[in-house]
Amino acid sequence: MATSFARPKIGELYESQKLALWYFAVAILLFGLQITFGLLMAYQYINPDFMLESLPFMTNRTIHVNTMIVWLLVGLMGGVYWFLPLETGREVVGIKLAKLIWWVIVAGVTVVVLVYLFVQIGPGNAFTLWFINEGREYVEAPRWADLAIVLWVAIFLFNVIATTLAARRVTGLLGVLIFDLVALGALYTAGMHYTVNVTMDQYLWWWVVHLWVEATWEVLVGVLMAWSLMYLLGTPRKLVETWLFLEVALVFGTGILGLGHHYFWIGTPEYWIGLGGFFSALEPLPLVAMVIHALYDSGAHRLQTVNRPALFWAIAQAFGNFIGAGMWGFMQTLPQINMYSHGTQLAAAHGHMAFFGAYLGTVMTLIYIAVQNVRRPIMIPLDSKWWSWAYVLMIVSIVGIAGSFTISGFSQTMIERAELGSTWNAFIQSYTHPWYANTHGWRYFFAWTFTIGYLILVYDLLTIGKRRSA
Amino acid sequence: MDYSWIQIAVAAVFISTVITLVLSRGAGWLSPTFWRNAAIVSSLVMTFILLWLTFDTAGQVRPGAGHVPDWTVINYEIHLVWDNEKRRQVPAVGAETGFFGKTWSEEEAFDLINKGKMTLQSRNCMECHQILGNGAYYATDLTRAWLDPWWEERIMPLTGAKTREEAMAAWLKNPPAMPQGPRKMPNLHLNDDELKALIAFLKWMSAIDTNGFPPRFGVIQ
Repeated sequence: MATSFARPKIGELYESQKLALWYFAVAILLFGLQITFGLLMAYQYINPDFMLESLPFMTNRTIHVNTMIVWLLVGLMGGVYWFLPLETGREVVGIKLAKLIWWVIVAGVTVVVLVYLFVQIGPGNAFTLWFINEGREYVEAPRWADLAIVLWVAIFLFNVIATTLAARRVTGLLGVLIFDLVALGALYTAGMHYTVNVTMDQYLWWWVVHLWVEATWEVLVGVLMAWSLMYLLGTPRKLVETWLFLEVALVFGTGILGLGHHYFWIGTPEYWIGLGGFFSALEPLPLVAMVIHALYDSGAHRLQTVNRPALFWAIAQAFGNFIGAGMWGFMQTLPQINMYSHGTQLAAAHGHMAFFGAYLGTVMTLIYIAVQNVRRPIMIPLDSKWWSWAYVLMIVSIVGIAGSFTISGFSQTMIERAELGSTWNAFIQSYTHPWYANTHGWRYFFAWTFTIGYLILVYDLLTIGKRRSA
Repeated sequence: MDYSWIQIAVAAVFISTVITLVLSRGAGWLSPTFWRNAAIVSSLVMTFILLWLTFDTAGQVRPGAGHVPDWTVINYEIHLVWDNEKRRQVPAVGAETGFFGKTWSEEEAFDLINKGKMTLQSRNCMECHQILGNGAYYATDLTRAWLDPWWEERIMPLTGAKTREEAMAAWLKNPPAMPQGPRKMPNLHLNDDELKALIAFLKWMSAIDTNGFPPRFGVIQ
């Protein structure tokens, strides 16, 4: 079967791929915004009075977390717009509609961020939830923006399904993609409601937060990495499809009921403790499979590729996903440990490593593949001296950031929870303890080195492949 | 529900495996067909079980059904007791004390707590604090905030308030004026109605049975 569908060739890009370039550009821009607000928070840990009333921690955190979700999703969707015409051999159906909703979304995101920044909070009524901030972590976007996001995903889904039907060829990859996107779109609506019962509120809130990042996003990444490996290494379709099916079986087979690890302590029945512990302990399995897959393919080709930065980000993705999501997740997922570590800085350590590995790694792979194809003449293999600096600096920095969170998390778990009994005073005692407080400086340092890595990355993306011909 | 978690877990894995094997008769376990079937079957089986458990959970977490208290719990004294059988703390409801000097009817209590939940969301509390353990990690977990001894030990003397709810209202009105520890809470400009509602919500939440989280609350070693 054809494996060279996406190999670089001189020629015009599809309209869908041109749209993908806009997706990637905005993703990188929002990534910069995420880092900026992360830096501000890292400094507020050291100097809590810094901008206390004008730009408090909560506002920085809202923007840090929200821009992350949006830029990663935008990057992943950009990847689909990039590969879809190559997979189906035709222009994406409904591309005009896709472009229209894209600019609506860009305008919407701008408004949402400006409101977060300058309005921040509102009165305790439905108006605030509709127009300022929904006040629920990760899905903070006001309700009007939720509706815009649903419309956006619906049009995206239409593009994918209509293009597949028009091509009259449903490959295994497209089948999984459609199956996954339907679930991804439907799950978002579970988070769009208000209920006073905080237990039920959080129960359904996790359908978005967990079933997005630990199930449907992981599968979406599986599809995109499958296409990327076919492009980068020429891996046969049959092989990547079999691996993808195995990954879907394991991700959905363990992740759907692994949701139970969020239902240990929110007022839900006790059977969730056993179920959540059992299935979430199995959740690292698909991540191990992905590492084996990536290593096997790279090794089989002796790292010979058409695009070095993309391949190295793909390898970082496999390891980062396993270490950040798998190991750091497993470390605190069993209820016997989680009772003490839940809601401490350990969760932040896991979050930073997991998102970096699983999703940032994927989006970087996709962006480098796209960049290779917009420069003329196309450079094969794509390489530069700067990408590896950004690559190493960002990986070292995120390990430093997650490492310092891990240490403050261990200290908090022990001091606040185990020794002092989880109260307000226990919390103050834990975060003023040197074991915890010392990590603030380390994290701030690594936040700056991460920022430098980002700036080098941007410079490299703007210049790579421009200087010499193939 | 009459099934234990082990029965559910074993059944989920067993059913997924058997259906996959039956559908994949003749295909080797390394073939794409086998894993395609496994992917579809395990997704559907797990989704079905999740939906079934969701109906069961939704019934069990209705206010007053066991885990989550009635709205009128705000009229009573609440404390944590050690359950010797479960080996963890559980919330217990004591004598009637009233709340802000009155006894609230079912309907009044619901309206108040509802307003409190809206206030909690509108002020973005979760981006520093945790609610039932979830949120950001910059400030305290609010799950048992109502029961925190700090209100009696520090805040009541500081504000001169006579009751815990009045002390909470006085402190939350302008937190940076009475900072507790180096990290300060900004003034969120809560008006009197919002304060009362928010504190009612926190009191109601403190009576939710969270399977013992946060652990050993108020027990100092």
